[in-house]
Amino acid sequence: MTTEKERRFVGQRRGQLIFALAFLLVSVILLSLIGEQTRWVNKTKFFAQPRFWPAVSLGLMVLFGALHLRRLPWWKNTRYDWWEVRKWAAVLEYAGWFMAYVILVPVIGYLPVTLVFVPALSWRMGYRSRQMLWISAVFAVLVVILFKGLLSVKIPGGMIYEYLPGALRSFFILYL
Amino acid sequence: MDLLISAIEILMRWDVALALLAGSVGGVLIGAIPGVGPAVAIAILLPATFSMDPIVGLTVLLGIYGSSMYGGAIPAILINTPGTAVNALTTYDGYPMTARGEPRRALSLAYSASFFGGIFSVICLILFAPVLAKIAPMFGSREIFLAALLGLLLVVVAHRGQALIAGGLAAFGIFLQTIGLEPVKYSQRYTFGSDFLGGGINLIVVVLGLFALSQAFVLLTDEDEKIRLTKLRGGMFQGLRELGRHPRVASVSAAFGVLMGMIPGVGEFTAQFMSYTYAQRTSKRPQDFGRGSSEGLIAAETANNAVPAAAMVPLLALGIPGEALTAMMLSVFYVHNVVPGPGLFQNQMDFVVALYLALLVLNVLVLVFLLFATRSLIQVVRIPNRFLGVCILTLSFVGVYSLRNSAADCVMAAVFGVLGYILKRLSMPSVPIVLGMVLGGIMEVKLRAGMARVKEPLDFIDRPVAFILFLIIIVVLAIHVRRVLLDRKEVKEAEWQTKNSSTRFGRLMLRRRNSFLKDRGKVVRARHSKLLRRLTGLF
Repeated sequence: MTTEKERRFVGQRRGQLIFALAFLLVSVILLSLIGEQTRWVNKTKFFAQPRFWPAVSLGLMVLFGALHLRRLPWWKNTRYDWWEVRKWAAVLEYAGWFMAYVILVPVIGYLPVTLVFVPALSWRMGYRSRQMLWISAVFAVLVVILFKGLLSVKIPGGMIYEYLPGALRSFFILYL
Repeated sequence: MDLLISAIEILMRWDVALALLAGSVGGVLIGAIPGVGPAVAIAILLPATFSMDPIVGLTVLLGIYGSSMYGGAIPAILINTPGTAVNALTTYDGYPMTARGEPRRALSLAYSASFFGGIFSVICLILFAPVLAKIAPMFGSREIFLAALLGLLLVVVAHRGQALIAGGLAAFGIFLQTIGLEPVKYSQRYTFGSDFLGGGINLIVVVLGLFALSQAFVLLTDEDEKIRLTKLRGGMFQGLRELGRHPRVASVSAAFGVLMGMIPGVGEFTAQFMSYTYAQRTSKRPQDFGRGSSEGLIAAETANNAVPAAAMVPLLALGIPGEALTAMMLSVFYVHNVVPGPGLFQNQMDFVVALYLALLVLNVLVLVFLLFATRSLIQVVRIPNRFLGVCILTLSFVGVYSLRNSAADCVMAAVFGVLGYILKRLSMPSVPIVLGMVLGGIMEVKLRAGMARVKEPLDFIDRPVAFILFLIIIVVLAIHVRRVLLDRKEVKEAEWQTKNSSTRFGRLMLRRRNSFLKDRGKVVRARHSKLLRRLTGLF
């Protein structure tokens, strides 16, 4: 039966215990490394020590993390908790898509990669109609024109642009 | 008067006018799409604004911040889904109006109320600016440290039922800003010998990960919803007349918005809650609230739109952002070497007033745009969720990569994106991390400077403003501890379903002594455990 404490808990049950344990573990590990990763400087006031703020923040992380864990209404991981962890791991696929995009842009160029990336990810998300793929391609072109062409944000030209002929080469590097 | 003229001069430029237009229209569009929100848009656009003048960049960002709530009311009223988080209360009375065939009335009332809230707060703050200019110089290092500490504390205690993990996440934010080369003694902190961490963790990378990438992940793993839109017929001007019939509710709600907006860490939700409660308590028809009450809609929309202008006060006057969006705007100031704080109010008051005037013009632009373009605008709510996720992921790349062209920044943003996704799944707040990073940096610098002249601990609060801030911190802590204790007692009483009996452990044992001591009790417990074993055996 659900207890009153469980009923009043903000958020879903799945994954809470695993997150609380992971948060506390990371905090404790980081705190244990404080002597190695920060310095105590002689003839310097306590509050101006380089070690002061890492110690305060990590100390608070350990304290609050431990109290949060202690106040959790559940003390046992169920299979639903591990299902939740699998759900968290599922987004790594999209993080991978993002990183592939990041790695390919300086090599192939912003416009060509975006023009492939957006329709490909739309395809992966299940949009197979010709209309959606066209919308994706138009969106990709608009993003490149707006940010690189008009707002001149700092995105380098692709390495393959070097092989383009003279004027076209500088146009591609500057605007696409 | 001279101040106003010089402020108008700052705004009389074609690029500022363009920024106003782009900010207002863009903000309404972003607000109208459920699942995007101003935080995502501002995070993505931040690096693009670095190449602009401070006034132009800030106008675009302020435009998105101020006008997104107008746009957020559209899906809240028409499809019962708030466009931005702060429009959640609008669904209470807005959607019932649509359900009974009055979507046009609800929309025009929401626009009029938002417009009133926006204009009211800007006028209040323009009038209040000279007073602020006098108060702001009273804030030295110690006072700013205490104000930042108070802001952080308010953000943590505002998360009722989650204060412990909010505190832990705020501390995590403070820790993140300590990573890298320490600027005074030039010693490395938590860099693990890597060059990348030596430069510290960039706030914008964290913000983009926590807000934009995590939202993209949420949308990409979500299902597309089928949306049925109600057709709008007729004009949109009746709301202005109807608002005129409730001047008291509108003014009090706007005042709540201004007051709550100025307090760091409090913001729209508290302002809305207070104004909605006030409107319901003082209404002649309180039973209509939640069933399509025009007063309820006015209270919710006026309060949330009065906040953005007021939220700029702690940022501009003290350099302390009260919530995530103003924290992001702080980085625009730093990039242009404009240091917000008491000095800004003393030396560049025209810049501050220009920002407020920009907000004033923005509200007018948004209202005009919405009154004429709502019918076409409502189509944006039809964009499928997962396609929106694809769009946000693509745009996030621009935000992260254009900062330093660093793939390491992108890895870091992706890591924070996954963390933000996990926090969203667990209904935990990510705002304390961002505020911890910003306010932690301010606290480190100000405490070091403030302690330089302090010989005894009490010297730290020997100035009037510092003492008042210290007292407020103590009061906030005391109220929070009291509330936690009351909540705990309530839980115990609810669990035992007996308010007359004591909830102490000793008393409980005494009441159950018969069950423990008698043979009958042992038999009953044995029977229960046998049943439980059988039940668990089934699975």
